[in-house]
Amino acid sequence: MELFWYIVLMTMLAVYVILDGYDFGAGIIHLFFSKTEKDKKAITNAIGPFWDANEVWLIASGGVLFFAFPTLYASSFSGFYLPLMMILWLLIFRAIGLELRGQVHNKMWEAIWDKAFGISSLLLALFFGVALGNIVRGVNLGGVVDGVSTHEAHYFFLPLWNPSFSPHSEELGVIDWFTLLLGIISVVALTIHGANWIIYKTNSDLNEKLKKVVFYLNFVLLALVIISIAIWHIIDPEPFRNFITDPWLAIFPIITLTGLFGLFKVKSFKKHGVGFVYSSLFLFGGLTSTVASIFPKVLPSTNNINPDLTLYNVAAHEYGLNVGVYWFVIAAVLVAAYMFIQYKVFNGKMDDVGYGEH
Amino acid sequence: MEDMLFYDRMQFAFTITFHYLFPQLTMGLSLLIVYFKWKFLRTKVDQYNDAAKFWMKIFALNFAMGVVTGIPMEFQFGTNWAKFSELTGGIIGQTLAMEGMFSFFLESSFLGLFLFGEKLLGHKLHFVTGFLVFLGSWASGYLIIATHSWMQYPVGYEVLENGKFVLNNFGALFSNPWLLPSYLHNQAASMVTSSFVVAAIGAFYLLNDKHHDFGKLFVKTGVIFGLISSLLVAFPTGDLAAKNVVKHQPVTFAAMEGIFETEEGGSEIVLIGQPNMLEKKLDNKIAVPNILSFLTYQDWNAEIKGLNEFDPSVYPTNIPGLYYAYHIMVGLGTIFIGLMLLAVIQLFRKKLYTTKWILWALLFMLPFPYIANTTGWYTAELGRQPWLVYNLLRTSAGASPTVSSGNTLFTLLGFIGLYLLLGLLFLMLAGKIINKGPQLNQH
Repeated sequence: MELFWYIVLMTMLAVYVILDGYDFGAGIIHLFFSKTEKDKKAITNAIGPFWDANEVWLIASGGVLFFAFPTLYASSFSGFYLPLMMILWLLIFRAIGLELRGQVHNKMWEAIWDKAFGISSLLLALFFGVALGNIVRGVNLGGVVDGVSTHEAHYFFLPLWNPSFSPHSEELGVIDWFTLLLGIISVVALTIHGANWIIYKTNSDLNEKLKKVVFYLNFVLLALVIISIAIWHIIDPEPFRNFITDPWLAIFPIITLTGLFGLFKVKSFKKHGVGFVYSSLFLFGGLTSTVASIFPKVLPSTNNINPDLTLYNVAAHEYGLNVGVYWFVIAAVLVAAYMFIQYKVFNGKMDDVGYGEH
Repeated sequence: MEDMLFYDRMQFAFTITFHYLFPQLTMGLSLLIVYFKWKFLRTKVDQYNDAAKFWMKIFALNFAMGVVTGIPMEFQFGTNWAKFSELTGGIIGQTLAMEGMFSFFLESSFLGLFLFGEKLLGHKLHFVTGFLVFLGSWASGYLIIATHSWMQYPVGYEVLENGKFVLNNFGALFSNPWLLPSYLHNQAASMVTSSFVVAAIGAFYLLNDKHHDFGKLFVKTGVIFGLISSLLVAFPTGDLAAKNVVKHQPVTFAAMEGIFETEEGGSEIVLIGQPNMLEKKLDNKIAVPNILSFLTYQDWNAEIKGLNEFDPSVYPTNIPGLYYAYHIMVGLGTIFIGLMLLAVIQLFRKKLYTTKWILWALLFMLPFPYIANTTGWYTAELGRQPWLVYNLLRTSAGASPTVSSGNTLFTLLGFIGLYLLLGLLFLMLAGKIINKGPQLNQH
């Protein structure tokens, strides 16, 4: 049962990253590449009816984490207290930027909320990559100092950074050079992803330019991915052990690479949605490969005193997990139906749908 | 350690108080918008559709505020109340996860269609999307109150040796005797807020001599729904909710009502007075004999236990705060019924739209349902203190063990600043929408 909920949780998180990922990416594109009011309108229209529902995937994933793995929820949410609060504030700024911009027609007002939307999208993309980095690197569970735990074995607390900026120092921080690298990968990957969504959902004048952006950023992404794999062993001495013992897991890295290399052909795609499919494959593969590499750990311990958190020692009790399956299956069918309706109604280019006209 | 708990509690109290200013309007207003849309489908009178569209703008703004201030609530269970989440997550995680899966997806998927899809969908489907948004928001309230009810009156659980609460009866979470009265009481109260807001905006237009037809429609709709919902808040829902407190949390009930001593031959109902915790009595009391016993047990002479019967270790943490919260709620609720009754009488005498003082009263009453709803929640929450799970888990045992008071104060100050900004923006934009008023024949 633990494994079932683990797969559910990871699937929901992957869906979240793919869906809200294009919102963040659109925000980054909006910040750096939109020059005219028309461009801005095209970008916000492309995510207009979707972003709010996309964000629900985060809330719902949080809910499933809370209910199925309460110990992990408690440990990680209190341990990553500060970055999570900042993510909350950024999510608030981003949402009000999108919602309030159009309420008053005034240049300064619009400029402020454009920046709020763009900058918070950028920082959120960065933070989510950093978060993944923290999970791979692990934390000092139990707050061990000089071989003695200062908290219960499954609790910890991380400051935002420590002066050494190193993932190996005794006192870890949320941001170090390794987690920052994953953060930058996330920003680049989501920028590409957002550009692909805009190309897919609009007839914007930006589209040709965005194809070039995708093409060149894809080289940057490839370089970053190679660097990160090359140095991964500094964090985890045997990064490929799971893939060696269970070779079928190689499907996840293969998906990642398919997405990555597929995107180099961005200029010759016949259909506008193809790029989006490839960047989705990259994000899905990247996330799943990473969590598969540490499986069954969900939060490794960086000391030898306290054990890693695994999906088995953080899960809720058997009965609750079993009974949850019933309502979850019903809910999942309903959610699929809502999404079908939503994307059916807003099918095609948003410029043609007439969305937002009263 | 004490500071830490204080800041944790302040942060939750502050963020939830601010958050709930918005859902209490959107839950009730979604029903009123569905009503206007339904009237339009039945009568084909454009004014109803224009009214629905006007309120949808207010709804959208409130909904957005509700969403952005709602996300921090789910996070804070883990960030600030980690021990509580670890110990009870297998139970309250069920209802909270269900809220995400069943109501947030429903609301968010159809809200976009509802707000912007009128042309795309046609009026009938547009009505359906509105109804689904209403359903989603009421389901959300239901699952939150199911969670709340479990904390007030835990059912369907067992406690393991390591102190963890585990679920052993899923159905019990929903047949909890605490749940239905609380839910109906809360939903009726949210109808009160939205009816009063609709009536107040109507009165504003009439007194301002603009949007006359809409002013009349809003005042009429507002006072009729306002009277029905204010009555429902008191009876039967408030009465049943209070009876749950008497039965399951008698010490809370004594503190709420300000009963320090058990009285022979029936207890009086306290209308006004200040709890004096030093001398264990009420100062400057105005009370009516025997009424409380009658309201509680339908028996003028029934005994109601006073605080003197309980050990101080189980007293609610903040007895004066609890007492005031409860009395403000009940006092305002009584005034609401009185005002709405007068307004409805004037409506039937066809004099409401010209009775200026009632229109002014309706306008100035606008903030008070918010205060009543907030103090109602304070009554429930302060009444449960010092427990997170009543009689089983102390609040002091639920906080995050590794988050220091300096970090919590930092984020509390951050929330105060951010929400001040949100509040100002909200008032500015709501004022703008209201001042512009409904637009005619725009469909």
